[in-house]
Amino acid sequence: MIEIGLGHYLTLGAVIFSIGIIGIFLNRKNIIVILMSIELILLAVNINLVSFSIYLGDLSGQVFTLFILTVAAAEAAIGLAIIVVYFRNSGTIRVEEIDKLKG
Amino acid sequence: MIAHAIFFYIFSIIAVISAIMVTVSKNTVHSVFFLILDFISISCLFIMIGAEFLGMIMLIVYVGAVAVLFLFVVMMLNVAQQKNQWFISKESSGHIPVGLVISVIIFFELIIVIGGWKYKPDLLNSTNLFIEKGVSNTHSLGQVLYTDYIHVFQISGMILLIAMIGAIVLTFRQREGVKKQSYLKQISRERAEGVEVLEVASNRGVKIDD
Repeated sequence: MIEIGLGHYLTLGAVIFSIGIIGIFLNRKNIIVILMSIELILLAVNINLVSFSIYLGDLSGQVFTLFILTVAAAEAAIGLAIIVVYFRNSGTIRVEEIDKLKG
Repeated sequence: MIAHAIFFYIFSIIAVISAIMVTVSKNTVHSVFFLILDFISISCLFIMIGAEFLGMIMLIVYVGAVAVLFLFVVMMLNVAQQKNQWFISKESSGHIPVGLVISVIIFFELIIVIGGWKYKPDLLNSTNLFIEKGVSNTHSLGQVLYTDYIHVFQISGMILLIAMIGAIVLTFRQREGVKKQSYLKQISRERAEGVEVLEVASNRGVKIDD
């Protein structure tokens, strides 16, 4: 318990990853919260990469985390732009009412 | 060592609680604030574990840019009337047990992987980039990033550029009835249509703009 090792960080990443998945599944009202859950999942992946990088003494995990940060920022920008356009066209961003594709 | 454990538990408990609050809070603005708290505590963990450059970048990129972007969109979209509820009626709440079961299964799979995984010694002998002692984290990352990973770095810059162009193109709209400057019209203006030379009769004057 006192000795903090790699397993503790990996467990933290697993917990945050599962919370992100719960957020995607259980959220029925607001699509912005789904985007935030995706950010949480990417954050959990970053935790795993950084802790492996530190505990194995290999720098490439941190480089990879940097690129994941870039892609996450781009994804958030594009996703929010799509949400804004959809709200302008249809007047709602509730998940239950977004059914134009009839999926 | 004890200080490391204490700080790890404090920051990770804050991170987990704020992640839960992101998903369950009714108000979307509160969700964004809890997301910011989550990022701050995780970046504190990164700084504590020794990846201080990534922790600082995380503060700048996520808290400074992405979370503010989320706040802007929440402000623009008037989500006050569409609060974040999990279900409206009894009939539409069938997804809750399914989602809980799936995420619990995923969590336990991850825990099994972590628990059953031995720290193999041959995994420690990775031939890649070793973290050198005595060189700061930022220094070593910079040494690697602009030499070995320069192409990937430039491709990530291209991704950011394309994301920017895409966001602008998606949200751009031509508005009707807005007065705009027309450069072409201004530049192509000739003397003949701007100035008119008149013969002024004495004691009569000139009537302009009739």
